Amino acid sequence: MEKLMAALKAQIVEQLNLQEVKPEEIGDDQPLFKDGLGLDSIDALEIIVLLQQHYGIRIANPEQGPEIFHSVRTIAEFITAHQTAK
Amino acid sequence: MYNGEAYITGSCVIRDNRVYRDGELLLETPRELELPEFLRAGYDHFSGQYPKFHKMDPLSKLGWLAAEVLLKETPLNGYPRESVGLILANKSASLDTDLRYYDSVKDIASPALFVYTLPNIVMGEISIRHGFKGENAFFTTDVFDREFMVGYISQLFLEKAVSACLCGWVEVMGPAYEVMLYKVERAGDGGLVFNADNLQKAASI
Repeated sequence: MEKLMAALKAQIVEQLNLQEVKPEEIGDDQPLFKDGLGLDSIDALEIIVLLQQHYGIRIANPEQGPEIFHSVRTIAEFITAHQTAK
Repeated sequence: MYNGEAYITGSCVIRDNRVYRDGELLLETPRELELPEFLRAGYDHFSGQYPKFHKMDPLSKLGWLAAEVLLKETPLNGYPRESVGLILANKSASLDTDLRYYDSVKDIASPALFVYTLPNIVMGEISIRHGFKGENAFFTTDVFDREFMVGYISQLFLEKAVSACLCGWVEVMGPAYEVMLYKVERAGDGGLVFNADNLQKAASI
């Protein structure tokens, strides 16, 4: 899980072009949107693309978005659960 | 009775890896520095602390940076936000970004690129930064038609649709770019009268 979260942080920084954020500065449980990392709705779409490109995962139910994308940890848990279910 | 006269109270020119304000060279980077690196240098020099800049396309970065240079020391704070307009023009619209978006569609379309596939997005970025809510328009013409721009904007002043505005030319296509951005106000102590000749004069380096 720790390795996956570290990889996710690096991918988020690269995919979302967060040039003033270092991957290690993103907390595992830090909210990604609003007052947390400050991501917006376009960033959410980019994370969906990231999941598809890097992990082959498509979000089937958009209503799950806020829950899945809450933090790096929740995304990592979603990826792990998805890979285990395969 | 107000006759629609307005004044050019500031200008910013960006070309050839140089940034000028009111004719004064403020930043120059080596010619071999490509546009993305030049824009980053401009951001670091004039602004910082605005991470969204890095997500913008080159057109938005150029317009945003020029507005930053123009308004940093003399913002248009004295006017109601609804009376500050933005009127811009260029030759290539958003084609520079459109082509990159088209390339991305071959794989998985990039939402971050898609949102910049309209030329007027640059005005949105400037408006968000400075809180402008007034009239805005973006024109696409082969060359910077100063007579047209003066005529259009003078009418906005005459109708009292604006009390101040940013206007000018923000062009980018691949490595080629040029910005001539002007601050125009209804009252302008010492400013040049807003006409086509003075637009040219204000951007003469």
